[in-house]
Amino acid sequence: MLSPTSAAAPAPLLEIRDLHTHFFTPRGVMKAVNGVSLAVRRGEILAVVGESGCGKSVTAMSVLKLIATPPGRIVKGEILFEGRDLVPLTDRAMQEVRGEGIGMIFQEPMTSLNPVLTVGEQIAETLIRHKRLSRREAREKAVDLLDLVGLSDPSRRVGQYPHELSGGMRQRVVIAMAIACDPKLLIADEPTTALDVTVQAQILDLLMEMRDRLGMGLVIITHDLGVVAETADRVAVMYAGRKVEEAGVQELFAQPRHPYTQGLIRATPDGGIAAGPRIAGRRPPRLTEIPGMVPPLDRMPDGCAFAPRCPHAIEACRAAVPPLERAGGTHAVACIRSGETFAHKRVPHAVEAHA
Amino acid sequence: MTNVLLVNDLVKHFPAGDGRVVHAVDGVSLELDRGETLSLVGESGCGKSTLGKTIMQLHAPTSGSVMVEGREITRLPKRALRTLRRDLQMVFQDPFASLNPRVTVGRALEEPLIVQNQGARKERRERVAWLLEKVGLPADAAGRHPHEFSGGQRQRIGIARALALNPKVIICDEPVSALDVSVRAQVLNLLADLKEEFGLAYLFISHDLSVVEYVSDRVAVMYLGRIVEVARREDLWARPLHPYTRALLDAAPVADPSRRRARRPRLAGEVPSPTNPPSGCRFRTRCPIAIPRCAEEVPHLTDARDRHMVACHRAFEAGTFEGGALAERALAGAPATPRPGGAVASSPRSIATARL
Amino acid sequence: MNGILSFARRFARNRAALAGVLVLLFVGAMALSAPFVYPSDPWDMVTMPFVWPGEDAEVWLGSDMMGRDLASGIFHGAKVSLTIGFVATLLATLFGTLVGALAGYYLGLADTLLMRVTELFQTIPQFIFAIVVVAILTPSVTNVTLAIALVSWPSVARLVRGEVLALREREFVQASRSIGMGDLRIIATQILPNALGPIIVMGSLMVATAILTEAGLAFLGLGDPNVMSWGSIIGAGRDALRSAWYITAIPGFAILLTVLALNLVGEGLNDALNPRLKNR
Ligand SMILES: Nc1ncnc2c1ncn2[C@@H]1O[C@H](COP(=O)(O)OP(=O)(O)OP(=O)(O)O)[C@@H](O)[C@H]1O
Ligand SMILES: Nc1ncnc2c1ncn2[C@@H]1O[C@H](COP(=O)(O)OP(=O)(O)OP(=O)(O)O)[C@@H](O)[C@H]1O
Ligand code: SF4
Ligand SMILES: [Mg+2]
Ligand SMILES: [Mg+2]
Repeated sequence: MLSPTSAAAPAPLLEIRDLHTHFFTPRGVMKAVNGVSLAVRRGEILAVVGESGCGKSVTAMSVLKLIATPPGRIVKGEILFEGRDLVPLTDRAMQEVRGEGIGMIFQEPMTSLNPVLTVGEQIAETLIRHKRLSRREAREKAVDLLDLVGLSDPSRRVGQYPHELSGGMRQRVVIAMAIACDPKLLIADEPTTALDVTVQAQILDLLMEMRDRLGMGLVIITHDLGVVAETADRVAVMYAGRKVEEAGVQELFAQPRHPYTQGLIRATPDGGIAAGPRIAGRRPPRLTEIPGMVPPLDRMPDGCAFAPRCPHAIEACRAAVPPLERAGGTHAVACIRSGETFAHKRVPHAVEAHA
Repeated sequence: MTNVLLVNDLVKHFPAGDGRVVHAVDGVSLELDRGETLSLVGESGCGKSTLGKTIMQLHAPTSGSVMVEGREITRLPKRALRTLRRDLQMVFQDPFASLNPRVTVGRALEEPLIVQNQGARKERRERVAWLLEKVGLPADAAGRHPHEFSGGQRQRIGIARALALNPKVIICDEPVSALDVSVRAQVLNLLADLKEEFGLAYLFISHDLSVVEYVSDRVAVMYLGRIVEVARREDLWARPLHPYTRALLDAAPVADPSRRRARRPRLAGEVPSPTNPPSGCRFRTRCPIAIPRCAEEVPHLTDARDRHMVACHRAFEAGTFEGGALAERALAGAPATPRPGGAVASSPRSIATARL
Repeated sequence: MNGILSFARRFARNRAALAGVLVLLFVGAMALSAPFVYPSDPWDMVTMPFVWPGEDAEVWLGSDMMGRDLASGIFHGAKVSLTIGFVATLLATLFGTLVGALAGYYLGLADTLLMRVTELFQTIPQFIFAIVVVAILTPSVTNVTLAIALVSWPSVARLVRGEVLALREREFVQASRSIGMGDLRIIATQILPNALGPIIVMGSLMVATAILTEAGLAFLGLGDPNVMSWGSIIGAGRDALRSAWYITAIPGFAILLTVLALNLVGEGLNDALNPRLKNR
């Protein structure tokens, strides 16, 4: 399978090749990640978007090999971090990669903090383990880190417990922990989903500033197109365990090629609809809908998983999974009809729901 | 009289356990016109749901009044309230928690009719079938249980239930927040269709500004239990008058990379606890343009121009908000006006890491 | 319908619980068949005293110190133990559910009052409380049943209150209120059906406790003197524990088995009714 960045000049920091992570449950094999390829370079922000359950978190957890086994297992694929494949690594070797090589910010800030340790102790612990710092040095560094992520009064905060902090502060602590050992890559799994807009803006700014300052590669996982538009350099769109489209952020929003991406952008209130004046009491203009819903993992259709909801689906779509193909520049799309439907220059319209 | 819902100085306090009081809703007044969509935006915990549920009389108000079609509904005896409930219905946030898992969809839709003694069995069944059709669900859905449906479908069921009694007003408490992006549009369109067909008025609660911008006729911005600004949708986006509204609009991400803005000053910190709200203006602890008066005097919602109401002492000063210059200067660490001692933030080293 | 089927399937997957059901069915069959298999009064002296089990085919479980047939006693005793166990539990569950539901739903003064009362009941050790009640009321099957019900309802009330407390804030309950549904109807049709699982689980465990309590009372001579229960056989056999331990051991084993079976069933129900374990 082709990765749109494989030809690009500098070797990617992280390259995922054809990753398959499946869960073997009594109800059947859940193919949560089913052939995903991604690449991130230094100093780049890659956004991974997709709906709930499309495999974003499982992809991230696979990179750090944090998939619960059983029931989960990486059944196929390579995860190259600085050229080294992580899949065959032992737990011990992985522990070094986590933290020092790759930092992770989890979806739930509270679950990644230990409620019985002060935040200072938690940050210091990673420093002592990975950087072999003395306890005192580690504590000093912890204060610096909290200062770096913009917590006020960091020397007091190190002594506080997670529950004494607000949601936004906790997320800053989690970020401080993730960057404590100067990782080259930071994976942020929905870093702001649980937060308010004003705090979300603070955290996103912080992440981008960290990228600028430390030159890390950054993967931001989200389902919010607004977050993507505001932060990403490049975007990968996932649907039902596969990457269906990838492009630079401007290009993706201006010329989405996959019918799912097109639908997603047009279904977003501020993506398609002009917010002009309206007569009070009148209905707002219709949003373009994507009919139906995501198929459950254990009842995936053959061929293109989006075919049942796709306005352009033809027989061939249901016959085989469409391969990811380059569509000019760094744009790649997994849709056999994207050439035709896109060639009209007219973005296909009105996927009106019939239901 | 054009308003179907009139809320006057509504207050809802909860006991906080340790003898203190949660000021969840603190003197809110609103009016909702026939067929109008008024959105209520604000951050988590500012009291949006509490306001909705207090209007619904699901919480007994601490004080204040709620009038539906000109009739006062607070402090009514239960029986009298029961019939008045028909006009006022609610769609809940969580499509998984808002349906009884043990009751079939048909039964859930029939219940309002049974409770309100409407129609004989056969008519009720017909109405259920009609409701299902209206919200775009198959007729055989009536015999199935909620767990057999997806989130979007359940939200349709919730909407059908709210519709069953032919209400005038529906309070929608974050009806699409729990839904996936691709399903959201379906529900928003459905709500708009129903509004058009039945002349419904919505009180639309949301924290998602892009959704609010899309659905609303007017928007009320709430902060820590109070309304700080109410305006027509286009006025609010064109000329936000309250510094909090401005911060909120600035912070909301826009799903259009070509409109990506230079990183701008952010509001620091988070919403204070409603058990101990700041004196005077509740926003003053985070406000970039606060003055000493803000700590002493509660700003009241005042009409700035043509139904654009704002509660800010400085909203009417000439030049306060022009181009946001003052606000930005203040955030950058050079307050234009001396601020009360406690509220002075240490000068932020960088805008992005505005301190908490 | 679907729910019941999938519940049955989940329950049946648990072998131990299934075994428990079989044991209970067997004990139940014993109780029901007692009047036919052993038509004569279990108090009748039918043979020599101290016949060991297996010694005489006529009295295969042996006889006690008065020459009464132990097998007959076990069969008739099963009826007494199960009846008292189930009826007491039923009463306690009904009353406890009522109290718990009202307290949990209305909160406020009603809650404080009801919970004070249940606390009062709970601070006194159940068994001692039961002894006192039976001693005051005079021992009879009815009074023993009432006493057991009286000491065990508070735990049901607490459980139900907790469930109702959690459910009353759920949005579907608020939705019911917003369509104008009355309180009692909400409790009966919306809340309690969703609290049924834990109540049933607790009920199955309470039957076991009730059987043990009854046995304890009978052992102390506080059982109904006119009926033979497992506890009264043990109580009577106590004097001959050294020489003829089987008189105590056989009803003891019956109690053990039944209580164990009830616990297994309870756990099986808990697993099958606990939604968090679904699909695992
Ligand atoms: N331990 C597990 N056992 C079985 N299936 C699992 C397990 N963990 C995840 N899955 C399945 O894998 C799929 C992908 O899950 P994942 O958490 O990656 O989704 P996501 O894209 O992160 O969604 P969200 O936006 O909701 O976080 C889901 O359908 C989920 O049900
Ligand atoms: N039943 C209650 N008892 C005590 N406090 C309550 C109760 N309900 C809400 N509160 C408090 O009232 C405040 C407002 O809560 P509310 O749920 O109305 O906020 P919201 O604006 O709807 O937030 P969100 O966006 O998170 O839904 C919060 O501080 C909350 O903790
Ligand atoms: S491959 Fe076919 S079904 Fe899939 S998205 Fe493209 S056109 Fe639609
Ligand atoms: Mg996830
Ligand atoms: Mg809410």
